[in-house]
Amino acid sequence: MQDLSVGTAWFHTFLLGFIPEWAAVTLECLLIGVGLLLLYSVLALFYILFERKVCAAFQCRLGPNRVGPWGLLQSVADMFKILIKELISLNHTDKFLFALAPYLVIIASMMAFAVLPWGNGIEIVNFNVGIFFLLAVSSIGVLGILLAGWSSNNKFTLIGALRSGAQMVSYELSMGLCVVTMVVIAGTMNIHELCMAQQHLWFIFSGHIPAIIAFVIFMIVGTAETNRGPFDLPEAESELTAGYHTEYSGIHFGFFYLAEYLNLFIVSGVAALLFFGGWMPLHIPGLDAFNQVMDYIPSVIWFVGKAVALSFIIIWFKWTFPRLRIDQLLSLEWKYLLPINLFNLVLMVIVVTFGLYL
Amino acid sequence: MIALQIQNVTLAFVALLTGAALVAAALLIAKLISPSSYNPQKGEAYECGIPTRGESMARFKVGYYLFAILFLMFDIETVFLYPWAVRVRELGASGLTAIAIFFAIIVLGLVYAWRKGALEWK
Repeated sequence: MQDLSVGTAWFHTFLLGFIPEWAAVTLECLLIGVGLLLLYSVLALFYILFERKVCAAFQCRLGPNRVGPWGLLQSVADMFKILIKELISLNHTDKFLFALAPYLVIIASMMAFAVLPWGNGIEIVNFNVGIFFLLAVSSIGVLGILLAGWSSNNKFTLIGALRSGAQMVSYELSMGLCVVTMVVIAGTMNIHELCMAQQHLWFIFSGHIPAIIAFVIFMIVGTAETNRGPFDLPEAESELTAGYHTEYSGIHFGFFYLAEYLNLFIVSGVAALLFFGGWMPLHIPGLDAFNQVMDYIPSVIWFVGKAVALSFIIIWFKWTFPRLRIDQLLSLEWKYLLPINLFNLVLMVIVVTFGLYL
Repeated sequence: MIALQIQNVTLAFVALLTGAALVAAALLIAKLISPSSYNPQKGEAYECGIPTRGESMARFKVGYYLFAILFLMFDIETVFLYPWAVRVRELGASGLTAIAIFFAIIVLGLVYAWRKGALEWK
């Protein structure tokens, strides 16, 4: 398995041959920024098309197929269309908070995006509390949504934002507990070490029963965190027009849309990291030849492949389950998922202390 | 860990600036190429087509507030579990007893909130 940090270290020494240290670091920071920006936009465009195609497949339709081959350029055209729409300034909004909200939403998802393990040696932000940092920054997004709803000065947006706030805040609890459960078996919060800890077997296999329970809860919670599928009542069209982003027009609305799809990727990426080894190829103890073959597939492909596969499951949820009511939503979290999660944590601790994991 | 010479905090800051730059740049482009026309109706809230009645930044259901408070308590308690979770193998029996007491308090809190009816949506 090639360690890509060798390449970046080589690039650093290569740069030092021409320019002083500070300039090299600045240039690298700039390159990382541009890379993140490109990756973020390309993934968002891909995801919008991916979701539309998957939805179409579930409903026996063709989906977008006119712009470019197989409709591949559809989301590029959509993005251009949204850019040339007028930005309407409203009379009674809180101007400052109204403008600030998209920044918070995008920054939260961008910072969480930078923490993901893209490949062996290219974890961009590699804190020793990595997964904790990821949870911390991704919860800033709730603040953006609440501000968007409040500052719009519209009853629909206010109700949408409050529902969304209650939902995301409640489900964040279960997400945190799922992560704690997996940290117990991993023994680390560092993103790179989390991947390395799964080099013999992915946690979903080595942690068997508690890991599978945690995975199921994580997928439910991830769907709720991204305001998708059966949990999309903050923007239930039939009651609240569009929820918290009703008053946003043009690209202002586009930011929320973008962040929603990127959050889908981030949640699936975290699920891939915690349960399916992040960038770690599929290894089965004892089958050395098989493991060798798996190592030839680049780690970046492993990570993106797992994340896309898991987000396919989340998109699938949307077409399988009916939308929940807010009381059902909150009782699902507080009366079912939270107690199960607490019990599951105890189970995982028992498994770890008695060495029952594989 | 792109290059070991760059601090993680710097990289996180780069990500923050990238996010801000994305929004700022897209807004700038949109401002430059999008049309704009004035119409007094456009400035009104998008509610029902008729003028809005009453204040929109109004009071809202107290139930949301209750769940926010509950979240605050349980989330802080979850945060305290992290340092122990990393070292659960090394700490052994003493760590387990300590966390069992703490854990019992969390569960007690949940049971109390449940019995008080704080988890009901009324």
